[in-house]
Amino acid sequence: MLEFYGEVISSRLLLGTAQYPSPKILSDAAMRSGSVILTVSLRREAAGTGAGGKFWDLIRQLNVRVLPNTAGCHSVKEAVTTAKMARELFGTDWIKLEVIGHHDSLQPDVFGLVEAARILCEDGFKVFPYTTDDIVVGERLLEAGCQVLMPWCAPIGSARGPVNPDALRAYRAHFPGVPLVVDAGLGRPSHAAQVMEFGFDAVLLNTAVAKAGDPVAMAEAFSKAVEAGRQAFEAQPLDPRDMAVPSTPVIGMAVFE
Amino acid sequence: MKLIINGEEQEVTSSTLSGLLDELAYEHDFLATARNSELVSAEERASCELLEGDRIEILSPMQGG
Repeated sequence: MLEFYGEVISSRLLLGTAQYPSPKILSDAAMRSGSVILTVSLRREAAGTGAGGKFWDLIRQLNVRVLPNTAGCHSVKEAVTTAKMARELFGTDWIKLEVIGHHDSLQPDVFGLVEAARILCEDGFKVFPYTTDDIVVGERLLEAGCQVLMPWCAPIGSARGPVNPDALRAYRAHFPGVPLVVDAGLGRPSHAAQVMEFGFDAVLLNTAVAKAGDPVAMAEAFSKAVEAGRQAFEAQPLDPRDMAVPSTPVIGMAVFE
Repeated sequence: MKLIINGEEQEVTSSTLSGLLDELAYEHDFLATARNSELVSAEERASCELLEGDRIEILSPMQGG
């Protein structure tokens, strides 16, 4: 059973809401994914447009939890203020905390991330930190009060899948009791299945669904892959071997000379 | 009075944040506001007095990953 901050979560696929071809396709993809947590953001509103309100109406009709993010924030101050504004706007103390270090790699600034996490946890937020696969940083985030960790598997939007599977396996092994979500870098359902087979508790993705040729079908494909990967993990898959092992019994083989 | 509203300088007449939102024809229900990088909650807007040069951010929900 998956829990985030004491709340039971029925789907192991968290889905982003950006970059879809239309609001209708976003809505259909979200429903087809079976996801119960959608990530959202907040941006400057132009006077008189009501654009944010229209988007929010669409999300509310889906009857899911929202996980607001601090995407685009490059400083602790930006991230903390954005998180407070998100709490005010969305009525949730959940926050996907991003403190970005580089414009090009979108790599987390892990030093700022830990500092912002500490400030927000002390203020009552339930922080979901977007981090790297560095175990020491993960420990610092837990010390700061985080109860969920969200390591990347590749740069945001890169669709490369797990570029360092050994690091992800080690990360999982090091934090056995902590809910771990692979966030960012997944491109294909097989990537999601792979990290779920490693024992990660959930995945968070956006671009891989939103920018697919058929986002609705891809949402369902990821849903199945996540479920399959989880089931495989629980079924305890074989470890790889260097040599062949016959699958057909050799005892009782006829001898022909 | 000149304010920096969502990054752009504007001349306004309102003296409070709630007045400013009315003056600029924003829809109040779906907004979060900040003054000089500090959150101003919906309940605080009416008593939030504006000063020349204040930086006001007016945000609303949008798509995110």
